[in-house]
Amino acid sequence: MAYFSKVLHICMKDLKVEVRSKERIYSMMVFSLLVMVIFNFAFDPGAEYIREVAPGILWVALIFSATLGLNKTFAAEIDQDCLQGLMLSPMDRTGIYFGKVISNILFSLIISLLTLPFFAVFFNIPLLDVLPQLVLVISLTIIGFISVGTLFSAISVSVKGGDMMLPLLLFPIEVPVIIAAVKATGMILDGAPMMDYSMWLKVLTLFDVIFVMIAFVTFEYLIEE
Amino acid sequence: MIKVSGLRKSYGSIDALRGIDLNVRMGEFLTLFGPNGAGKTTLLKILSTIIAPTSGSVIIGGLDLKKANYEIRKNIGVISHKTFLYGDLSAMENLIFYAKMYDVPNPKARAAELIREVGLRGREDHQVRTFSRGMEQRLSIARALIHDPSIIYLDEPYSGLDQHAALMLGNLLKKLHTQTRTIIMTTHNITHGLEISDRIVIQISGKIVYEGETKDHTVKSFEKVYFEKVGKRD
Repeated sequence: MAYFSKVLHICMKDLKVEVRSKERIYSMMVFSLLVMVIFNFAFDPGAEYIREVAPGILWVALIFSATLGLNKTFAAEIDQDCLQGLMLSPMDRTGIYFGKVISNILFSLIISLLTLPFFAVFFNIPLLDVLPQLVLVISLTIIGFISVGTLFSAISVSVKGGDMMLPLLLFPIEVPVIIAAVKATGMILDGAPMMDYSMWLKVLTLFDVIFVMIAFVTFEYLIEE
Repeated sequence: MIKVSGLRKSYGSIDALRGIDLNVRMGEFLTLFGPNGAGKTTLLKILSTIIAPTSGSVIIGGLDLKKANYEIRKNIGVISHKTFLYGDLSAMENLIFYAKMYDVPNPKARAAELIREVGLRGREDHQVRTFSRGMEQRLSIARALIHDPSIIYLDEPYSGLDQHAALMLGNLLKKLHTQTRTIIMTTHNITHGLEISDRIVIQISGKIVYEGETKDHTVKSFEKVYFEKVGKRD
């Protein structure tokens, strides 16, 4: 019980710091909107093919904005060696990881939910009927992406050029998750029944479980100097 | 209280610690001197469970560091030249956060008490990023004391402080030095180091090369010993 309350304290602390600085949320949101605007100019929103490219556009915006947020995950902890302060706390150090994962998932979900209305308007895609299914796919994808991303962010933050290193480490591993997300989103936007894309949901769930377990086992070794 | 035997730490081919043997009694204030790269910070990081040793043993309060680092952490407070504080949070919010991480009962009251003790009353709701270096360091002391630890490690605590702030820090450290609290401090500053410690140690190139009682030395006599030892290395 004490473990979970400490995970929650770390998460709440991150939220509080973000509410004050607004550093992550602003950069993630601006990036996400810019992607929407640029693709809106590149593709004709009324065109037939738009439904085929729309899932890709959505996930470019969501995944890259999430990566921006991940780059800043441990930045506040490194500035005054706060990570060491957390590591000194009498708790299993995986609690630091889970606190960070939860706050990152929340930030990415907020950005995703704020991006969806722009996506619907810019590409003329009605989302209201498929919103629950879409939110389910977005949630599963974000969990998989953030669980590994937070782990790599802990590694890359203290490395020179870490901002560039993070996506290079992260994207090859996340390929199955991104493919599953794009495929499932495409089917949902086409109005397919859940049965059709349930395989992709299973793939997403499986990777979420595997990634969280790997991160849980390796985090403490990775943050140790 | 703290018993270190044959402690070694290697980073690849670099040996940061090359067989440290050290005993520190309960309530003792030990100052660790040494040039840059002597491995002082590495030693403190191992003692505070931040990094694992390559070999050797550390027993703290009867507990083996390798087996009971979770229990040991409950009794350790660390003050470094970095503050471990979040600039976007207020002084009070920082202390309450750390109090919760250490399961301190009534975190708000404990935080308020420490803010008073380190002389920051009136600034408790200000964001830490607006603090001077001296104020940050005082708040860092409050942060390290939040769970009333019986062991305190100070890693270059005077770094970056002006004379007034250094004097205030010295006074605070004197207050911390009680019979039940063991303190290990690393510093380059011989005057500060001798002023408050009971025992002094010189560490060079990952080995302890000198141990002595502070009362047997003046600043001048210790400077002579120190430069002799450091000179030998060169």
